[in-house]
Amino acid sequence: MTQSKFDAIVVGAGMSGNAAAYSMARRGLKVLQLERGEHSGSKNVQGAILYADMLEAIIPNFRDDAPLERHLVEQRFWLMDDSSHTGVHYRSGDFNELKPNRYTIIRAQFDKWFSHKVREAGGTVLCETTATRLAWDLSGKVIGVHTDREGGVILADVVVLAEGVNGLLGTRAGLRDMPKSENVALAVKEMHFMPEDVIAERFGLSGSEGCVIEAGGTISRGMAGLGFLYTNKESISVGIGCLVSGLAEGMENPYRLLDAFKQHPSIRPLLAGSEIKEYAAHLIPEGGFKAIPQLFGNGWVVVGDAAQLNNAVHREGSNLAMTSGLMAGEAIFQVKSRGGLMTKRNLSLYKGILDKSFVMKDLIKHKDLPSLLHTDSHNFFMTYPTLISQAAQNFVRVDGAPKINREKATAASFIKARSRWGLISDAVRSAASWR
Amino acid sequence: MKTTIIERIEDKLYQNRYLVDTGRPHITVRPHLSPSPSLLALTKICPAKCYELNEIGQVAIVSDGCLECGTCRVLCEASGDIKWNYPRGGFGVLFKFG
Repeated sequence: MTQSKFDAIVVGAGMSGNAAAYSMARRGLKVLQLERGEHSGSKNVQGAILYADMLEAIIPNFRDDAPLERHLVEQRFWLMDDSSHTGVHYRSGDFNELKPNRYTIIRAQFDKWFSHKVREAGGTVLCETTATRLAWDLSGKVIGVHTDREGGVILADVVVLAEGVNGLLGTRAGLRDMPKSENVALAVKEMHFMPEDVIAERFGLSGSEGCVIEAGGTISRGMAGLGFLYTNKESISVGIGCLVSGLAEGMENPYRLLDAFKQHPSIRPLLAGSEIKEYAAHLIPEGGFKAIPQLFGNGWVVVGDAAQLNNAVHREGSNLAMTSGLMAGEAIFQVKSRGGLMTKRNLSLYKGILDKSFVMKDLIKHKDLPSLLHTDSHNFFMTYPTLISQAAQNFVRVDGAPKINREKATAASFIKARSRWGLISDAVRSAASWR
Repeated sequence: MKTTIIERIEDKLYQNRYLVDTGRPHITVRPHLSPSPSLLALTKICPAKCYELNEIGQVAIVSDGCLECGTCRVLCEASGDIKWNYPRGGFGVLFKFG
């Protein structure tokens, strides 16, 4: 292994790493991919929703053999207080299309499949191997990686850091900072199994149709956070994520938050009778555009979660990861094919391509939202959900009180909780951060 | 009003697959007299409850059930409160579903 030199080493076999490795191997580059799990996917955790267009750009006929769970026809957004939810549901028959737009997936299985595609394309995938640090030459160029296997340095023209939000190599080398606790969410998740027909009946689904629920409110106890429930073929992924800074300040216990979420009267009946088969935890980069590190340098590029490429507002991450991996692979191939060296200057092509894509455009659009939700989390996740639940109940409950009195009471409760100026300020800041 | 049933974390972790690298913990806590606030927070927010207070008020770790999320690293690596590594290749938690 030490004798041969690769065109590229990809560290990690998640969405971004597999996309990068596949796109380079397919174009004939000599690619080595390192994965610390027993197989690709065994260390990866996601909700998980797959966005078809971004995978289609890499593997056009992926639907033929990729392990997909359900295609999504319904999305529910719930605002919750302790005993209620106020929801917006969007369901459309349009999503029963020939090539569906979104699917639920199970990452351990999906990543194994994606990794198989990398091998088919000619890439070398080395599992059970933890990359421990980068190797440098005297000029300050990355020339390969050290691993926990015997045999010394593995050499390559370029290293693609696809090592995830908690990656070791880039942070240890000082290429990027460790994520700050206010810029990462800790999500915990359980896999609840139940028969396919029970899921279909509970969510009003047929065939391979799927439904997802995203829920915010008092379930995160005033911290910036979100609960979710995704239907798979014969299981339900249920979880909740909160900013690490919020958890640490409140000394909150994540699995107790999850248990309380599962016991909520709106969630409990959906999970009744299920068998739990796994409990997982994972960090999610939430800092948005402002948390993106330097993306390229002499002999290296960084992609996916390691580069903080995650759109928390739209709950998109794996598609940004895949797209950044694909674009890094394309940039490396272009530099290589015109005989260029993997210098910082040449690899800036990667960022050039990424800047023109939806990845950077979407992250720039929402650049102010993470800090707004962080600094004002109690209002957005505790005060408003409670007020909105009371307002909805005021509207629905019939007990002989005149409607005009109820409406006045609702308006008064908002002003009492946030003041007129506070309400206007929250509305303006929310609107501004959305633009 | 609320009937929150607290499931034991041990029962949750029992569902998972692990290959423990016996005698080679991948995370260690720096010896201390009294824990820093961040280190103390880990006894509550670690999703696998790896960190616990011992009888003399110091934070100790048993990393066997670690989910390798990195929360403790984000909070406590820079200050030197803990030493953090991934388990050796192939060891640690092995997600069946992920």
